[in-house]
Amino acid sequence: MTVQKEPLLQMSHITKTFPGVRALDGVTFDLFPGEIHSLVGENGAGKSTLMKILAGVYPEHGGKIRIEGQPQQFRNVRDAENAGVAVVFQELSLVRELTVGENIFLGREPSRFGVVEWNRVYAQAASLLRELNIDIDPRVTAGTLGTGRQQTVEIAKALSHNARILVLDEPTAALTGAESENLFAVLRMLRDRGVGIIYISHRLEEVFVLSDRITVLRDGKTICTVARGSFNQQALIAQMVGREVTQLFPHRARSLGEVVFEVRHVTVTDPTGRGGLLVDDVSFAVRKGEVLGIAGLIGAGRTELLTALFGATPGRTGEILVDSQPAKITRPSDAIARGIGFVTEDRKRSGLVLDESVVKNMTLVALEHVSGVFITSEAREIAASTKWFDRLRIKAPSLFAKVRTLSGGTQQKVVLAKWLMNEARVLFLDEPTRGIDVGAKAEIYQLIDNLAQSGVAVVLVSSELPEILGLCDRIVVLRQGRIAGEFSGAGATPEAVMARAIGASLPAA
Amino acid sequence: MSDRAETAHTEQPQIAASAAAPKLGRWLSASAIRSYSLVIAIAVVWAIFAGVTGGIFLSPRNFSNLMRQTAVTGILSVGMVMVIVTAEIDLSVGSLVGLSGMAAVMLQTVAHAGLVASVLLGLGVGLAVGALQGWLTAYARIPSFIVTLGGLLAWRGAAQGISGGNTYPIELPSFMALGQSYVNRVTGIALVTVAVAAIAWFAIHRRRAERRHGLESRSAIGTAVAALVASAAAAGFVLTLNAYAGIPVPVLILVAIALAGTFLMSQTTFGRRLYAVGGNPEASKFSGINVRRQVLWAFCIMGLLAGVAGCIYAARLGSAGPQAGTLLELDAIAACVIGGASLMGGRGTVLGACLGALFMASLDNGMSLKDVPDFVQSIVKGGILVLAVGLDALARRRD
Repeated sequence: MTVQKEPLLQMSHITKTFPGVRALDGVTFDLFPGEIHSLVGENGAGKSTLMKILAGVYPEHGGKIRIEGQPQQFRNVRDAENAGVAVVFQELSLVRELTVGENIFLGREPSRFGVVEWNRVYAQAASLLRELNIDIDPRVTAGTLGTGRQQTVEIAKALSHNARILVLDEPTAALTGAESENLFAVLRMLRDRGVGIIYISHRLEEVFVLSDRITVLRDGKTICTVARGSFNQQALIAQMVGREVTQLFPHRARSLGEVVFEVRHVTVTDPTGRGGLLVDDVSFAVRKGEVLGIAGLIGAGRTELLTALFGATPGRTGEILVDSQPAKITRPSDAIARGIGFVTEDRKRSGLVLDESVVKNMTLVALEHVSGVFITSEAREIAASTKWFDRLRIKAPSLFAKVRTLSGGTQQKVVLAKWLMNEARVLFLDEPTRGIDVGAKAEIYQLIDNLAQSGVAVVLVSSELPEILGLCDRIVVLRQGRIAGEFSGAGATPEAVMARAIGASLPAA
Repeated sequence: MSDRAETAHTEQPQIAASAAAPKLGRWLSASAIRSYSLVIAIAVVWAIFAGVTGGIFLSPRNFSNLMRQTAVTGILSVGMVMVIVTAEIDLSVGSLVGLSGMAAVMLQTVAHAGLVASVLLGLGVGLAVGALQGWLTAYARIPSFIVTLGGLLAWRGAAQGISGGNTYPIELPSFMALGQSYVNRVTGIALVTVAVAAIAWFAIHRRRAERRHGLESRSAIGTAVAALVASAAAAGFVLTLNAYAGIPVPVLILVAIALAGTFLMSQTTFGRRLYAVGGNPEASKFSGINVRRQVLWAFCIMGLLAGVAGCIYAARLGSAGPQAGTLLELDAIAACVIGGASLMGGRGTVLGACLGALFMASLDNGMSLKDVPDFVQSIVKGGILVLAVGLDALARRRD
């Protein structure tokens, strides 16, 4: 639809900074009524952050938002809702113990003198669901529905606000084909009614089918906007990943040893009993001194794979071989005993005891070797920790500083020191530079390279393509739990890796 | 020596020196200040009570009573602090004290058992209950609040059941001595001499270890002062007690348990892991710690100590009754929390818990000396508990 209208939404020069990270850098985005405008970009490009600003989740940001020409200052989510913005995020936010009807009208139940009129709640919910062609009984408890159907309820909830602007973040990730088709029909119906829809998805085929316009974000900036008729998958992918190489990665001249860690036909079942496979028949091998990258989108199963290999989650089948010997790993201490270390994705949640000191965190794994089998020796611990403190150039006031007070990069170094002190021979790194400023990132890249040079086998999971391409000798791409591709050398281009990650065909050579 | 030479020649030698420990900073850390403030609070309370009772409060006789009154709660708080550090709770401790004391005394009365057998039974009952509750919490994943709440009811019922509601007087003098006897004055002096020698040896050993690992920058004066203060306190403590009748046996047992507990928590890998599990169970799991086993151990130790406390409690009263130990868990929890433990886990010390027990017992004792009505005492203790923890929360928020 190319009728000239006033833009429904104008976001101009939006900037948002988190400690150490500039998530959005002068983004402009607009939306017309009766339009489906899609946002695409890699993980971390800024799409979700931009939408959170629109939803009122981040009241503090640079730049201006205008709806129908009126400047808006959202102090909270309510303000955004009142302005006609409805957002369905990737993370489900239904209250599992309440019914569908209660969820849809949560916080705004029709009431009389403070008493909720349940009949009206369920009648209105039922008619809304019918109108959207959603076959769910509003009296059913939300938690009993499958994820896909829960997502549908979330969409109904968003639509019940009579929003003028509807934002959907990866809505079809958990939907079946039929449910997705249904959703598209609903979206087209809403578009024809004049609602403006912002659609975020990695599934380019869907995006091409649905959208009137597509905007690409990369590294927090708007790269380009294309209208229907000019859609081209290769070009779009190139825009999503192409960038000048401003980050210098250590030059890799590594000599690879024999295979030290091998994984054969590993499958991980979903522990929440939903019956799906988080990881499906994955096999790979890593050599001494090699850095193997595991790329893929969020939800592809990368973290689930590493966590299961480490023995921290149940439900894993398949073989693990360390030094060509079968290894029985049922809990983390088994993996650790075999020389495996794991720098987890969320260091605050599973990497550090925040209220303890640097030295106590560093010695946590190797405690018995470094300090003593039963009785600890503070002097020995300090000596061992000082060695790593200096070697990794950890910027902390002292070994006794509480880890909570340190910067992200420094905290990550403490976690690394913990595993190095235990002489890890195989090191899993899951998003090792997440939430870390550029300077510290460079240091960590150097550390990873040093580790590889000294013979450690590194398995690196990262959502940052430059990181994976810059550090790894080989890259394995996971998609929906399965291996979707393997690259090394010249074949490892950003476009090829991204194409495999989203399931598109490879770019022409 | 080579390690030290290496670090001395790196580009940034200052890091090696300062990384080891800022000299004064260690003695002024948040947890250190917390312990000092509790000691000061106890000193203030003692001074106030000594004033309003015309000095009776600090007379050797009353001091002896006070110490004896602290013993049972103190022993329980040593176990409770371990449980609290792992972010769990044990509400059944009072009932367990009653049950284990009853079991021990009944074995003497009904089966004519001697000291060793009956004490072993008391300890055994405590340990078994602790293991059961620990297993239910750690492995069956039932919240400890619920498990031990059920225990509070069930073990009290069990005590009623095996005793038929009757109170059993203690006839075995050796058992009675556990609660009512005093350590020979000469032995007391000998013990404190050993204690001072041990403090000195420990301080020297530490200096030597530090020097071996190139950490001489640590304050020598600080270590010396701490050693001196500890020795002076120990000496004063024993001399005052000796001026009445000697160290009460329950107090000696408390000191032994407190020392063992402090050692376990602060100088062993077990203790280190306990703090890690309470501070962040997820990170502990990913670091290879068997979180469930640590929790189980904490409950086992708590149960064992409840058995000890049960024997002493009965011995002090001279009999085992089915209602013995009622509400003791609350005293133990209050002692831990006043001593700096956090119910969220990861924080708390045995020393703090014992000081907390001493603080509460001092309030009890002082108010009783002044004939303050029971209900007022309860209100005061409740208020002080909330105040103490509230002030602590405020101080932490400012960190």
